[in-house]
Amino acid sequence: MPTRVLVPSGVLGLGFDRKALTRGVAMKPDIICIDGGSTDSGPFSLGAGQSKYSRAATKSEWRILMQARAEAGVPLVIGTAGTCGTDSTVDWMHDITTELAEELGQSLKIARLYSGQPAGRIARALEAGDVTPLTPAPEIRLDDLTNIVALAGAEQIQAALATGADIVIAGRTTDTATIAALPLSRGDAAGGAWHGAKIAECGALCSTNPTSGVIMVDFDTDGFTVEPMAENAACTPHSVSAHMLYENSDPFQLYEPGGYLNVTSARYTALDHRRVRVEGSEWVPGPYTVKLEGARIAGYQTTILAILRDAHYVKNAQAWVERLTTYLTGEIESRMGLTQGDYGLEFRLIGVNGALGQLENRAGDPVEIGVLGIITATSQPIAAEIGKLINPFVLHYPLTDSEELPTFAFPYSPATTDRGPLYEFALNHVMRLKDPMEAFRIELSQIGAEVPA
Amino acid sequence: MRLGDLVLKLRSKNAGPFWVTIDIFCDTPEIFRQVRYNLPTRTVAELYQVPEQLLKRFDIEDLRVVKFSIPRPVVQGSAADRDMHGAQYAALLEEYEFD
Repeated sequence: MPTRVLVPSGVLGLGFDRKALTRGVAMKPDIICIDGGSTDSGPFSLGAGQSKYSRAATKSEWRILMQARAEAGVPLVIGTAGTCGTDSTVDWMHDITTELAEELGQSLKIARLYSGQPAGRIARALEAGDVTPLTPAPEIRLDDLTNIVALAGAEQIQAALATGADIVIAGRTTDTATIAALPLSRGDAAGGAWHGAKIAECGALCSTNPTSGVIMVDFDTDGFTVEPMAENAACTPHSVSAHMLYENSDPFQLYEPGGYLNVTSARYTALDHRRVRVEGSEWVPGPYTVKLEGARIAGYQTTILAILRDAHYVKNAQAWVERLTTYLTGEIESRMGLTQGDYGLEFRLIGVNGALGQLENRAGDPVEIGVLGIITATSQPIAAEIGKLINPFVLHYPLTDSEELPTFAFPYSPATTDRGPLYEFALNHVMRLKDPMEAFRIELSQIGAEVPA
Repeated sequence: MRLGDLVLKLRSKNAGPFWVTIDIFCDTPEIFRQVRYNLPTRTVAELYQVPEQLLKRFDIEDLRVVKFSIPRPVVQGSAADRDMHGAQYAALLEEYEFD
């Protein structure tokens, strides 16, 4: 059965063209699906179990989508709710939804799909040989992970939809799962379902006007057709096929729970100046595995920022930080009793090699250099104490013993900033499941008054 | 000539926390062929200081794109990371002197 999926944007919180959304709703989609996050901003969100996006931005956009859902009379699904899809961010999204339902006077059945994993489950799977590392994978150590999630696929979204929910708030899912779920359950081509989902998961990024957000995908038993909803956007065979490159280490194969998508033989045809038809994508079934993500605290940081403008110091910045580091290492040891293995102290020369570090192969002639000092220690008080200890030297340390004490530019007071915990990604593994729902759970709630469940 | 001046666009981005991918978009089939045949994989591996066998390369004729993926030199977000989104890695290839 043909399935029409409306994708309002690549992520909730980034905005979309509202007229384009209205046009999409008027075309009577079968479902509205949006992604809520990714790992692209780093491990903090997952580690802390917090949304990267502001509550205000999320709420204002979700309000519009909840109104669109009510008007279209179809389910609304969000995947990877709250950036990272931990149980805490699913609950955060549920809170926002409850508030909005009250404000909008909507009565709703909501399904929450939880992707959070107790460490014990992963440990048992590891013991049973059901956890496999991907390349490159960190060594597996489960004892101190703050959050572990498994990426749900289409099956878990289908289970949530099967409850009859008006809104599905899903924890961590693959980028594509929310979009592929309904077409797959209605018997549309599996290759087309996954491929169309991948093309649409970043919203209008597969079109000539990426910021317009809204995309419609029509799935059927032979493939899919994709069309942007903004008047000033178009999909072309090039814009659509090029999207397979985006944030993908392999542009032809995409691994999902239960198999992989192969687009090597996909054919992209322009139906007119704004719609593209895609056929020939192939789904290759395989073992039912889900990808795992986990984060742990890797220390606590304090930073300090000084700016060198004196030409003598700019010219000798590298020598200066090396000499300073040697001196500070001694001071930290003699005054705090900490040796180099106990903490990290790194100075980065912003304006010299700040972005690329040792890969940098170009020498410039900067007017000024920012010296960013990063201290990583086992606790925030220790990191803060090291920061205070080194502050006067970062301010005044001379390049040679024979010169007067210099004074550098500091942009703020206090000179040090406590950054809190530093999280690190600790898993790049897949876990084999006997049943897709084995590692996931669904909870239902009825919000808004007087409507029976 | 710098590679970045020859081609339409060069971009890099994370492909998950453990990989970086670099896409070189060529304007014409001629430029695509030029990049395809005159940009040795070894050169790219050296620029990014990764063993050549760990680098994935895709020459995509239909799109006129040459794509490279490398394991991230430092895992995204770890203490040593300097580029959270991996977006500045492309600069090395952009500035590569190409003849």
